Amino acid sequence: MPEEYDRSNESVAPTGMGGGMDLAASEAQTLDHGPGHGPQPGGPTGKPRSLWSDAWHDLRRNPIFIISALLILFLIVISLWPSLIASGNPLQCDLSKSQQGSQPGHPFGYDNQGCDVYTRTVYGARASVTVGVCATAGVALLGGILGGLAGYFGGAWDAVLSRISDIFFAIPIILGGLVFLSVVTNSTVWPVIGFMVLLGWPQIARIARGSVITAKQNDYVQAAKALGANHTRILLRHIAPNAVAPVIVVATIALGTYIALEATLSWLGVGLKPPTVSWGIDISAASTQIRNAPHMLLWPAGALSITVLAFIMLGDAVRDALDPKLR
Amino acid sequence: MTSLITQVEQDPPDPQGVLLDVRNLHVEFRTRDGVAKAVNGVDYTVSAGETLAVLGESGSGKSVTAQAIMGILDSPPGFVTQGEIVFQGQDLLTMGKEDRRRVRGERMAMIFQDALSSLNPVLSVGEQLGEMFTVHRGMSRKDAKVKAIELMERVRIPAAKQRVGDFPHQFSGGMRQRIMIAMAMALEPDLIIADEPTTALDVTVQAQVMELLAELQRELHMGLILITHDLGVVADVADKIAVMYAGRIVETSPVHEIYRKPAHPYTKGLLRSIPRLDQKGQELYAIKGLPPNLLHIPAGCAFNPRCPMAQDICRTDVPPLYEVSETRASACHFWTETIGE
Amino acid sequence: MSETTTHLTKEPAVAPDREPILSVRGLVKHFPLTQGILFRKQIGAVKAVDGVNFDLYRGETLGIVGESGCGKSTVARLLMNLETVTAGQVLYKGEDITKLSGKALKVVRRNIQMVFQDPYTSLNPRMTVGDIIGEPYEIHPEVAPKGDRRKAVEDLLDVVGLNPEYINRYPHQFSGGQRQRIGIARGLALRPEIIVADEPVSALDVSVQAQVVNLMGRLQDEFNLSYMFIAHDLSIVRHISDRVGVMYLGKIVEIGNDDEIYEHPTHPYTQALLSAVPVPDPDARDRRERIILVGDVPSPANPPSGCRFRTRCWKAQERCTLEEPLLAVPAVFRGLDSPAAHDSACHFAEEKQVVPTEE
Repeated sequence: MPEEYDRSNESVAPTGMGGGMDLAASEAQTLDHGPGHGPQPGGPTGKPRSLWSDAWHDLRRNPIFIISALLILFLIVISLWPSLIASGNPLQCDLSKSQQGSQPGHPFGYDNQGCDVYTRTVYGARASVTVGVCATAGVALLGGILGGLAGYFGGAWDAVLSRISDIFFAIPIILGGLVFLSVVTNSTVWPVIGFMVLLGWPQIARIARGSVITAKQNDYVQAAKALGANHTRILLRHIAPNAVAPVIVVATIALGTYIALEATLSWLGVGLKPPTVSWGIDISAASTQIRNAPHMLLWPAGALSITVLAFIMLGDAVRDALDPKLR
Repeated sequence: MTSLITQVEQDPPDPQGVLLDVRNLHVEFRTRDGVAKAVNGVDYTVSAGETLAVLGESGSGKSVTAQAIMGILDSPPGFVTQGEIVFQGQDLLTMGKEDRRRVRGERMAMIFQDALSSLNPVLSVGEQLGEMFTVHRGMSRKDAKVKAIELMERVRIPAAKQRVGDFPHQFSGGMRQRIMIAMAMALEPDLIIADEPTTALDVTVQAQVMELLAELQRELHMGLILITHDLGVVADVADKIAVMYAGRIVETSPVHEIYRKPAHPYTKGLLRSIPRLDQKGQELYAIKGLPPNLLHIPAGCAFNPRCPMAQDICRTDVPPLYEVSETRASACHFWTETIGE
Repeated sequence: MSETTTHLTKEPAVAPDREPILSVRGLVKHFPLTQGILFRKQIGAVKAVDGVNFDLYRGETLGIVGESGCGKSTVARLLMNLETVTAGQVLYKGEDITKLSGKALKVVRRNIQMVFQDPYTSLNPRMTVGDIIGEPYEIHPEVAPKGDRRKAVEDLLDVVGLNPEYINRYPHQFSGGQRQRIGIARGLALRPEIIVADEPVSALDVSVQAQVVNLMGRLQDEFNLSYMFIAHDLSIVRHISDRVGVMYLGKIVEIGNDDEIYEHPTHPYTQALLSAVPVPDPDARDRRERIILVGDVPSPANPPSGCRFRTRCWKAQERCTLEEPLLAVPAVFRGLDSPAAHDSACHFAEEKQVVPTEE
């Protein structure tokens, strides 16, 4: 006899425009609780809004996001198909043109080896983007899973993992790179990525651990337990979706620094090695000639700076959109 | 500016008379989703030595009004768009920032619900209490500490001398609320605004704190605005009540009369819907529906969708505050029927 | 007064020949206090629950009241098996559920469900209402076959007074009272026999509280539910409960039916608690005698010897320090046919009328 139940809610919140009405109390509560709380998301349209759709709503209106996203999109395209904008071969060099400046068809001039700087700069994007994206993905996966499990199960797991991550935190990254990568002879990007994942995961693990511990304390997790849900269900359905935002934020910001780190390691001679084309390698080669031919340094260094900046700006914008404290 | 001067003439600062006069106050919050009208024309007065209880549910605008009076409204998104807040003859809203700050703490103070987050966790309570004297009265740190101990004794914190160096988290909830009260009382202000001061406390502690507050108020002859949702607390301490709903005052009355004969259907519903310690009934009376969304306050009387007495006029005309008696008013078109039933 | 009260009161659900659906015996929960990071050393324990006994009968509501830190919420979590007990038994139809795990525990869980205090954190913000209320069926697929689940969820929404069309909305689109209805619907999904409600209305506005309390009352009749209703608000507890237990510092100090506790309390703590409740009647202001207790609740890590309430009790004597009073009918009332003859853990129990009666 459901008719007997209190249907009064409907009388206030007719279905067609319910969204706005429903919000009444939460909105109101926010206001009454006074300073420090922004208004609750949601609108009179009645469309369901989740954290992600809210974040997207914010991002679309953020010029910093749009600029950085366009830059990154461009970078990804040219690292997949560099020939789209560069017709030459970055490894085909003519020593006779060594250090020559800008000329028609070769706007950035030539480097020490007589290779076309423009072509090399375009092709160098691939190494940077590959290292950045793969290292970030690896770090986020490894750190997210280990940190998440430590936070969820706690106890000995947590204690051991925290101490291990402390050990990795204590290793200076450049020194670690010099020691670890100098014994590697493989000239692909993978040892560099592997090294970054190895030293980078503790940072994400800490974030993931903390955010899982916060999520774990919510009553809905207790409710799921009371229903008899197993660990897998609780972790995947209740904790992960609520704990992943800070991990994404930190990972996006870290992406830029991994690209810079790759260049640093390459400059030191332990990162990528020729014949791989990389901004770091070119910067390293050009830096000795900075007085004679500054253009050799300028272009790859400029490309690197813009790329790193684009990723950090993206990370910033994502943080603003996802960080609930700023809402 | 001229209006300010005329007001000063109208309301000479009289210790026995009206202390605070809020006139037609409007506050709105400009949010991403639209303008939330939190306070829509609130009038109330508080005299020295008087306790005004502002009663309302979340979203009624009771706390926002208090924040506007204290000048601690988060702005943006909150803006006072209209009205006057005349305190001891001066309109606070037209006052300079510096003057306004001096009013705060010296002449009016506020007690919050959550004492733990209102106290600075890294300073000892002695330092925080003493700061009131070093900053406002220019006392030396040593004298301020003596004053702090005195204050702690006054709010009956046991072993005040030993505990003056303790940090807020070392005190229990009730003791922290006492420290908040001590801080508010430190400079002997003329007006105290207490925003749900006992809501977070247990009943036995609640009783202690309310008693302390009432006693200090009597002693210092202060005006007290007690903001609460608890009809029980109101009945225990208030002299008069202002009931708020959707940013408006719907009823004002001396405390005894409103409980006996409410003149607004909302007040009536609230009184009937609370379970009572001295009664056991089968079913509680429940006001149907939900408080309105401040982004879309219903036309006419904001309470009309939930009101059992609503007529066509309620859906079109905003009811003014009708005078019920010399001391009472009700914003209901049908207050005579409500009170008569 | 007691005339009218009995008239209004439901028939006491406690019949001596009835088997309790849930029995709690000697329930103890100590949370260890540890020091050190890798090598933990126990330096003490917070005695959150320290020897609690009670029975819950089918179709009745047992209210548990007490101040924060008295262990009432821990009792709820122990009943739900969300914490492991330190000692004692929770017998569901005679079977000790504290020792169960895996499948057997899952079966019991179908029959004991919980409603949480905070409607804002008890619903997963990333799930739709349909997913939240339907989750019990995913965990216990035997309850509702896959094809029927959407219908079952819509029915539940209807039962708790929400529009079934709200099924695809997210929790943040609802107000506190509506969220609590969603939480109740989730608790009902598996058709449990017992619902443990931990402060289910204390986060709600006054006008909405009544709606939710009424809903819970109606659901109890319709589904023949037994409620464990935990709250700090004595008025609400009186309204909904058949019997009431008063907790202080991990122990039940007084338990009895609603008339016995509210009209004839014999434990000084119950009397103080009742007298401290603000009564929404300004005329009672002066007529009421208020017992204002001194001090705060002692730390449960280091509770007083003997009677735990003695540090705040105006009746305390030496005996209270030395000898712990047991929860039983006090000697003075033993054998009397009076409402005062109910379980009360006080050496100096005496009746005292503290709730103001209406003229």
